[in-house]
Amino acid sequence: MRWVRRNVWTLGLFAILVILFVFTKLIQPSYGPAGVRGLAIGVLPLAFAAVAQTCAVLARGIDLSIGSMMALTSVVAAVMMEDRGEGYAVFVIIFVLLLGALLGAINGSLIVVTRVPDIVVTLAMLFIWAGVALIVLKSPGGGSADWLGDITRGSLFNEWIPRATLLLIVTVAVIWIPVKRSRLGLSMYAIGSDPLAAYRSGVSVSRTKIFAYMLAGLFSALGGLSLTATTGIASPAPGPYTLTSVAAVVLGGVSLAGGRGGVIGPMIAVVVLSLLRTDMTFLAVDTNLATVAQGVILVGVVMIGSLLELRRERREP
Amino acid sequence: MSTIDAPAKDPFFSRSRLRVLFREKPIIPLLGMLAVLVALSEIIRPGIVSLNWTGVIVRAAIPLAILAAAQTLTMLTAGIDLSVGAVASMTGFLVATLVGDQGLFVAILVALVVAALVGLISGIGTGVFKVHPLIMTLGMSFVVLGFANVWQLRMVQTGAGVPDALRWLGAGLWLDAIPHSLVLFVPLAALIIFGLNRTGYGRLLYAIGDNPTAARLSGVRSWQVLVALYIIAAILAGIAGFLYSGLTNVASVTLVDSQLLPSVAAAVIGGTSILGGRGGYGGTIVGALILTVIASILSSLGYAVGVRQILYGSIIVFVAAAYTRVTGEL
Repeated sequence: MRWVRRNVWTLGLFAILVILFVFTKLIQPSYGPAGVRGLAIGVLPLAFAAVAQTCAVLARGIDLSIGSMMALTSVVAAVMMEDRGEGYAVFVIIFVLLLGALLGAINGSLIVVTRVPDIVVTLAMLFIWAGVALIVLKSPGGGSADWLGDITRGSLFNEWIPRATLLLIVTVAVIWIPVKRSRLGLSMYAIGSDPLAAYRSGVSVSRTKIFAYMLAGLFSALGGLSLTATTGIASPAPGPYTLTSVAAVVLGGVSLAGGRGGVIGPMIAVVVLSLLRTDMTFLAVDTNLATVAQGVILVGVVMIGSLLELRRERREP
Repeated sequence: MSTIDAPAKDPFFSRSRLRVLFREKPIIPLLGMLAVLVALSEIIRPGIVSLNWTGVIVRAAIPLAILAAAQTLTMLTAGIDLSVGAVASMTGFLVATLVGDQGLFVAILVALVVAALVGLISGIGTGVFKVHPLIMTLGMSFVVLGFANVWQLRMVQTGAGVPDALRWLGAGLWLDAIPHSLVLFVPLAALIIFGLNRTGYGRLLYAIGDNPTAARLSGVRSWQVLVALYIIAAILAGIAGFLYSGLTNVASVTLVDSQLLPSVAAAVIGGTSILGGRGGYGGTIVGALILTVIASILSSLGYAVGVRQILYGSIIVFVAAAYTRVTGEL
């Protein structure tokens, strides 16, 4: 029971996702494995962006530069892989992931060293990383190793389980589970819920913050790589990933004040948002109204969430 | 977490005086920075600084300054308004599509009423439901953009044109030097500065941003203040939208999106704290001018867009860091 109560938000979100799938099947009986696979591929970069944002928000930060870090890592990967052998891509992946971690570490260090609020620093870094991306590649182009695209396409075990989803779950689990169980992961939650208390109990707030942003950079690099892998090219213009990632984090039950939530909620939230868009096309609703719906859902969910919070505060002052 | 600076022993110690100057009158060092940048423009391209150049710079800075006014006011209460880009694009677009059938006056009125409605919803969300302003205004920007797109599909047949009056106001120059938009901007800026410094409402904004609990305990009904604030911010964004569409002679539902982050940057450079309670509109105006001059220098240097963006971002970090260092507070 305690487990249920602690994860009530994620479970609720999952229930909404299931209902939405049933609903999709009802309005469009032909929606099958192919549709699910397409959805999974489309969701991949967004989900990595959402996880990246989660890392920053958990440590009471916010990273507005995720979209441009994704663009930068994506173009670097595409430029390096263009006209190269298939095996060379392994080296490129490692390099790009390290690059992402470095970008994030720079973000975090600047926040710690300058003591300027996170939102201002990452806002400025949004310009800077996008600028670097434009220098690396002026217009959409580059290339990608074929096998990289192949591992996201198709399904595994069962036609209903897309490879892209497995890839997402495995990658996030491999990075997130060790982090969460480690001392640094615990410190991330600690500085998120109360930086002063964390500091007094011996947590290095600066080091933890840099680490949280480094993780955000690493996941952004994964997002960038998945952009290159699924499309075969890369574009230096940042996509709508930053703002959508904030939306997904909030819908996913991560408190913007930090310290509360996990990575599963935001990932489910991303799928819900994308599936909703698909449904609206099936219903022949103007897709622009899907943008409206996204905003309304975002605001509505947060309103309900904060109402619950206000009630809880009133009950236990 | 933060290192506490040792209290200055001598009140006339120069560093501490500099600190007081920055904290109390940030506009003076900012004007100095602006002067340096103008001199830099002249050094890079001798002869470029002229009355006409000044007019063009001011003309470009005015809509940004109005957009940043919305940002300054919300930041004073520790909020932020991420919907200014969407709202400004929307009002410019609405006027351009409505002016043909309804006339200019009705078109502008409708656009402003719609903007105020958006602000009302944002204000209710942040004030009554205590939704984080970042989320609330981000959500509203999606809603506005979506509806604007739907409206665009409706109106695509009737055609859209920026009315001549807005083009006169947004892009016109008297004697090739004095922007027509000053007619609108000077009273507006005076009103904002007067409102912030001399009216009870203005002081309430500072009070809420400085210490919400203290404000509540002293009887401030902060939800009413916030609802009014977000309506004002949305109307300011709407006015900026008219000027942008007039300046560029373009009506598009994403016209002003790219100015959202510069509007935050202008307020930050102008010395308004994103954490609330400190700042003012005078600094923001200079901040908008500084950003415009920087953009002009960077484009006259002929650097690639990428390099320009990198320099732009670095300057924001640098100025914000300098503030934090000198004032010793966030």
